Amino acid sequence: MFFKISLYISLFIFLLSLIFKVSSWFRYKIGIRSEEISISTRFFSAIKGILSTIFSAKILTLLKVFVLDVLLQFRILREDFLRWVMHIFIYGGFMLLLLMHALDKYITLTLWNDYISTLNPFMFLRDLFGSMVIVGVIIAIFRRFILKVPRLFSNTMDIYAILIVTIIIFSGIFLEATKMVAYSDYKRMVDEYSGLSDPEELKSLEAYWVEEFGTISPNLKKPFDEKILTKGKELHESSCAGCHTRSQWAFTGYGTAKIISPFGLRIDRAHLPRVLWFIHVLGCFVGLAYLPFSKMFHILASSVSLLANGVIGKEKMAPANRATLQAMELDACTHCGTCSLRCSVIMAFEEMTNMNIFPSEKIVSIKALASGKKLSPQELRHIQEGVYLCSNCYRCTAVCPAGINLQDLWFNVSETLLQKGYPEFLVLSPLSFYRGLMKEETIQRDYEKPLIQAREAISAQCDLMKKKDKVLPLTPTNRSLQSGLNLSAQAKTFSGCFGCQTCTTVCPVVGNYENPQEALGLLPHQIMHAAGLGLRDLAFGSNMLWDCLTCYQCQEQCPQGVHVTDVLYELKNLAVKQVREKTLSSVERK
Amino acid sequence: MIEFALFLGCTIPARLNQYESSSRAVLDKLGVRLVDIREFNCCGYPLRNIDFKVFMLSSARNLALAEKKHLNVMTLCKCCYGSLKKADYLMRENNSLKREVNAILGKEGLTYEGRIEVKHLLSVLHKEIGIELIKEKMSTTFRGLRIATHYGCHALRPSQIVEFDNPVAPSLFDQLVEVTGAESIEWPMKLECCGAPLWGIHDKLSMDLTLKKLTDGKKSGADYICAACPYCHIQFDKVQKMILSQRDMNHPLPSILYTQLLGLSMGIDKKVLGLEMNEIPISRIEELLKKETELTEEKELAVQKETQKETASAKQ
Repeated sequence: MFFKISLYISLFIFLLSLIFKVSSWFRYKIGIRSEEISISTRFFSAIKGILSTIFSAKILTLLKVFVLDVLLQFRILREDFLRWVMHIFIYGGFMLLLLMHALDKYITLTLWNDYISTLNPFMFLRDLFGSMVIVGVIIAIFRRFILKVPRLFSNTMDIYAILIVTIIIFSGIFLEATKMVAYSDYKRMVDEYSGLSDPEELKSLEAYWVEEFGTISPNLKKPFDEKILTKGKELHESSCAGCHTRSQWAFTGYGTAKIISPFGLRIDRAHLPRVLWFIHVLGCFVGLAYLPFSKMFHILASSVSLLANGVIGKEKMAPANRATLQAMELDACTHCGTCSLRCSVIMAFEEMTNMNIFPSEKIVSIKALASGKKLSPQELRHIQEGVYLCSNCYRCTAVCPAGINLQDLWFNVSETLLQKGYPEFLVLSPLSFYRGLMKEETIQRDYEKPLIQAREAISAQCDLMKKKDKVLPLTPTNRSLQSGLNLSAQAKTFSGCFGCQTCTTVCPVVGNYENPQEALGLLPHQIMHAAGLGLRDLAFGSNMLWDCLTCYQCQEQCPQGVHVTDVLYELKNLAVKQVREKTLSSVERK
Repeated sequence: MIEFALFLGCTIPARLNQYESSSRAVLDKLGVRLVDIREFNCCGYPLRNIDFKVFMLSSARNLALAEKKHLNVMTLCKCCYGSLKKADYLMRENNSLKREVNAILGKEGLTYEGRIEVKHLLSVLHKEIGIELIKEKMSTTFRGLRIATHYGCHALRPSQIVEFDNPVAPSLFDQLVEVTGAESIEWPMKLECCGAPLWGIHDKLSMDLTLKKLTDGKKSGADYICAACPYCHIQFDKVQKMILSQRDMNHPLPSILYTQLLGLSMGIDKKVLGLEMNEIPISRIEELLKKETELTEEKELAVQKETQKETASAKQ
């Protein structure tokens, strides 16, 4: 009764949450143009896409992906053998247990009419599958907490996943073990099935079970007389052996039974088998009911992601399907950290301490963003910086075991975030080369906005630039600027500048304009001069800084050995650092 | 045998596969062994505008990884080359910076002591392998092909650090192009920037500069512009295509990667060289390769000349 009610309740919750979660793939707004697309358009467009794939030659690709990547998980194997062993053991063992043991009435019994769980091969297999899971869980714990795989972060979901599997498997093994030692279970079976009533016979059978099956009897103790055991064996063979293979075959349960045997009687008196049965069954049901909200949902979502990305070619996807695919991919992520391990720009974290630089953590933030959670401006800016800080090397996408197109996710999310109005200084770096190449993928009328915004945010901090006729004092105004320009220890060479203007003359950017001062503000030699005088605003506020090609013509030709390009680099670094901090704190105050 | 750790960077594997495949094929023919180090990360170039330390850490980590394997590094990208060279230089020259960087790299058990060298593909071809050996590996040569060589700023300058070639009058690349039988033309803007560093930051300016350079190359009579850097090549290829469509122009100056050019004259399969993968088509260049019959004729002519000379000298 309890079993049935809790089973149906958990199944009901599972189904409801499953529907809720899958519907989020169509509900979550993610990336550009997703705001304009209705849920029903996305739903029908997905159905259309799926149907047109199934009824085409692509079905063969799907089958291949299903066998190689979903079932055999070659993508994990390619990355790391130990991880593949871990995953295949947990998932393989658990799946087989589910099919053979949990669903025995529906599957095993249908396939094998003579199925009895305490007979071989089923008894042995159950323990074998269980021990596979244990080996997998041990590897998982070892990797996360002892080996400390670099850039593998453990959050609550990861710990829950390990915990729930551990509870289910260990409660199962202990349940088996306590039943082996429990006298009352033995007694009940004898009463129900043996049909024996002669006390001598009962005693010999009991002795045989204590000797061979690990039962702990309150009445009998080893050693036993050889004759009694022979008699017991005969009785066992006629009454019990039809349903009971020797306990040793259930090796994990038997081993545990041996360990706990000194407490056998107390275990029985405390009804531990019953308690463990509740834990085992409830563990399974809680796991089932909560599955769609836990990391375990990747069983479904990662498979879908692998299959979908396996057949999506290079051709442009419909915006509706792109949004749906990316919302689904958020669930497909298992937080395994492979992307973070292979990420190209990860050293940036050492200086910028923004967790969103790690791809595996970016995706956690994007999940929160897509679910419509209210995020503070500072959080948004950190996500924005994290998704933009990407050299677009596609390595994360290439290695993702769940086949997620991470690179496209970063691009799509960063394009939406950039339009929210917070300045992003990273757009003024060659990281933007990719965005330039992808211009057609952006919303064209907003393409320039983030670039202008970043420049304006910097020049807004440079008052002097705006007051053209202001009289400047002759003494340096900002000594800290000069001392700040020593990152590479060669930039300080600007003090050697004697104003010959060679740098400006050879600069191809200056040469491109009829009236360079109007377009660029200060020219290279003037910036060197401003830096020499410590005029921070003038040094930071010129367009020249951000329009520098870094072609090193100026530096190469300077007769005074001023490292002009390097000075410009350092001025850019300083400007970004100062303005980034200032605008971040002003955002916080709002 | 020459051995290098191949530093591909971010752009080539993601957006310019033909550069990788053609380089591997060419270097294989020339007997260079390439080692791939999977742990390599971004060279730091894109982040130099933002944070010097991030640049140094990224760059130095790569150097440390190669040093750990006792391998010199070869880059295919000029921006990667410039960055790694700069970081290498600073790690040798600036002790306090070196300590700081190594302290952070030390967290992963890495350290860089400056025991390896960073080379660009072109210097490896020119200096380590040598023009003579490359000549031996030629299966055919080009005839009537005029190439505008593009050196790339970050390979040439700052010369004190990159030590690639004479920064004012370089000739290394021209010699390498002429091995293939092509003519390396003289053109005024040869040493100017391709415009790529500003692509995505200030598109109009970037386009102006690229167009100026390409127009100059075309005016000087080039059939193709030739680069050995993914940024420069993409700028001359994909971005040029975008510029032309945006500014309503045609008559492009197509860009060919040096390894494609060399590969063709070495007789490497054009699929491996990825000729079809360039955005602005370059397959017509094959028509300028000398046919086998011409080659044998040439050889015969050479032999005839030899014998004539011999007979002449014998007469004397």
